[in-house]
Amino acid sequence: MVYRSHVLICNGTGCTASKAPEIMARLEKELAAKGIEKEVKIVKTGCFGLCEKGPIMVIYPEGATYCHVTPDDVEEIVNEHLVKGRIVKRLLLGDKDVEDVARSLDNVGFFNRQVRVALRNCGVINPENIEEYIARDGYAALAKAVTEMTPQQVIDEIKKSGLRGRGGGGFPTGLKWQFAAKEVNDVKYVCCNADEGDPGAFMDRSILEGDPHSVLEAMAIAGYAIGSNQGYIYVRAEYPIAVQRLKIAIQQAKDYGLLGNNIFGTDFSFDIDIRLGAGAFVCGEETALMTSIEGKRGEPRTRPPFPAVKGLWGKPTILNNVETYANIPVILLKGADWFSSIGTEKSKGTKVFAVGGKINNTGLVEIPMGMTLREVIYDIGGGIPKGKKFKAAQTGGPSGGCIPASHIDVPIDYDNLIELGSMMGSGGLIVMDEDTCMVDIAKFFLEFTVDESCGKCPPCRIGTKRMLEILERITSGRGEEGDIEKLETLAESIKQGALCGLGQTAPNPVLSTLRYFRDEYEAHVKEHKCPAGVCKALLKYMIIPEKCKGCSLCSRKCPVNAISGEVKKPYVIDQSKCIKCGVCMETCKFAAIEKK
Amino acid sequence: MKSVEELKAIREKALKEISIRENEDKTRIVVGMATCGIAAGARPVMNAFIEELEKRNIRNVTVSMTGCIGICRLEPVAEVIEANGQKTTYVKLDAEKARRIVAEHIVNQKPVTEFTIGAAER
Repeated sequence: MVYRSHVLICNGTGCTASKAPEIMARLEKELAAKGIEKEVKIVKTGCFGLCEKGPIMVIYPEGATYCHVTPDDVEEIVNEHLVKGRIVKRLLLGDKDVEDVARSLDNVGFFNRQVRVALRNCGVINPENIEEYIARDGYAALAKAVTEMTPQQVIDEIKKSGLRGRGGGGFPTGLKWQFAAKEVNDVKYVCCNADEGDPGAFMDRSILEGDPHSVLEAMAIAGYAIGSNQGYIYVRAEYPIAVQRLKIAIQQAKDYGLLGNNIFGTDFSFDIDIRLGAGAFVCGEETALMTSIEGKRGEPRTRPPFPAVKGLWGKPTILNNVETYANIPVILLKGADWFSSIGTEKSKGTKVFAVGGKINNTGLVEIPMGMTLREVIYDIGGGIPKGKKFKAAQTGGPSGGCIPASHIDVPIDYDNLIELGSMMGSGGLIVMDEDTCMVDIAKFFLEFTVDESCGKCPPCRIGTKRMLEILERITSGRGEEGDIEKLETLAESIKQGALCGLGQTAPNPVLSTLRYFRDEYEAHVKEHKCPAGVCKALLKYMIIPEKCKGCSLCSRKCPVNAISGEVKKPYVIDQSKCIKCGVCMETCKFAAIEKK
Repeated sequence: MKSVEELKAIREKALKEISIRENEDKTRIVVGMATCGIAAGARPVMNAFIEELEKRNIRNVTVSMTGCIGICRLEPVAEVIEANGQKTTYVKLDAEKARRIVAEHIVNQKPVTEFTIGAAER
């Protein structure tokens, strides 16, 4: 039976958390009640990217995209849209007054400015159905590679495409494969780094949840290219949906003979297994990751030897990130020239960013390299809530740095970000507005690395801890003359002395905020003030006598009775009692309370 | 999977399943499915459209529903809207007529004049 309509429902982690499974159950029930369950197909998909507006539902053939769908909306959608063919306009994403629904998304900047390569199938196919992936040219690149190309031709194509690692470092992928291919050894390994650890980054999870087969296909291609028969995906156990869909995908690929022995009737055989990580940040570092796969404690080791020479169990190994792999099949099918036509001179293709923080459209976006931060924040991201001013964007997570408002028009690519003192990282992009304290942000990221330091080398274990102590001092108003310089000295020593990438990059958030917002540090240390009004210990709530009408509202709301006065005369806050909760400021109807 | 041909066969079959999700410009057949349409037998008409398109492996045509267009006495009604916006309105349909519309209008691009609203009103 052919279905006359497909209802796609996002089942990424975000939408699942906001009741997508319940919506699907209701939909099944309502369709059955109307007797049209055989005409309408329910399809669960991966992430559409616009998590802010989830749960998302798309109904074809009309292409109507509904947002913020609740289980209670389902009955109306079935009755109106699926039975009577009338669009439920109030739920439409984008233009709600259009005659032609397919046009309703025309003015939605979030979608029409994106270029989807790595995310090409996310939100389009059912990730648990291998045939839908095959319909979208899935496994055709693997077929082409093993039946028409030599391993060297595959590597040359990837080299020519200019693809660089999407996990953080930006090392040329083709070159990595070339190194591993050159090694002579009976046993080699292909690993996938799905240990996504940067706070706020979730593109790898979304790809695994929305399009797991693209990663499997790419790993098999990599295996063919370097001469390996075994792959491992190292994924964190905290991603249960991703792990589940990967398991289903691997089983399906084996059933279809797309993994296993003699793929496409050739001599090439390849298998993939999953290894679960316990969620330690350091296990995203390549040597620690491989040590963890071996069953040992996840600690890094010195390089060289690099994994391409001596990796997993001492054998030549390549390790690529999920997003890097997701690009591979497309490059082989559409060609290196097509891929390298997207992007900038040294950064080819697209990059997926997880946009979060003070931004209207929180979600996942894929943009061509070279787009400016301004376009990402304002055109795609929909700008900053409440009309606040943009202050800085943090990229690269705890290893990266910030880009201040003065550089908002710099094209985003690997090299520009490094030059600005930040880095691409895995693609977390946290937007900060004028109410953000940069010292506090630096402290947040440092707290993270102190927690996550594995403790093997002293510069990272002790150095980051000392830096954090200084930052805690500064933000609590006990900063001393010379603290900033101490931070800088420590940062430089840690960068030089730490064993692995985690330690070497841990001081970056401090260094980059120091570079652009040194005055804020100085205000904390010298004047004991937090210009953004975030660090509580440095704040003072005060009543402006001229504006106070003496209504007594604040004094009644104050949880610690710190405000007193006589009705119709200006009130006063007792600073020794004040806990700086800010309730008085929120309740005052005359804007008579200020914080400094 | 022992050959590339095998993969291609699966692809062809699966593509038919999901082509409905492509949003490019295509011809649309819109069937009136309000109370009047359903009472007059619009559902078998719609199913006939879907089955005939499927049988003939036609992918660039979608079938969807709409409400009442106000000519209840001529139901079941269906409109064929081509990618260029040209619209042909067919009335008093049944499953057999629907199949002929697919064969003559969609495949051979010759609208079935005798089923159109113009012919019915003459």
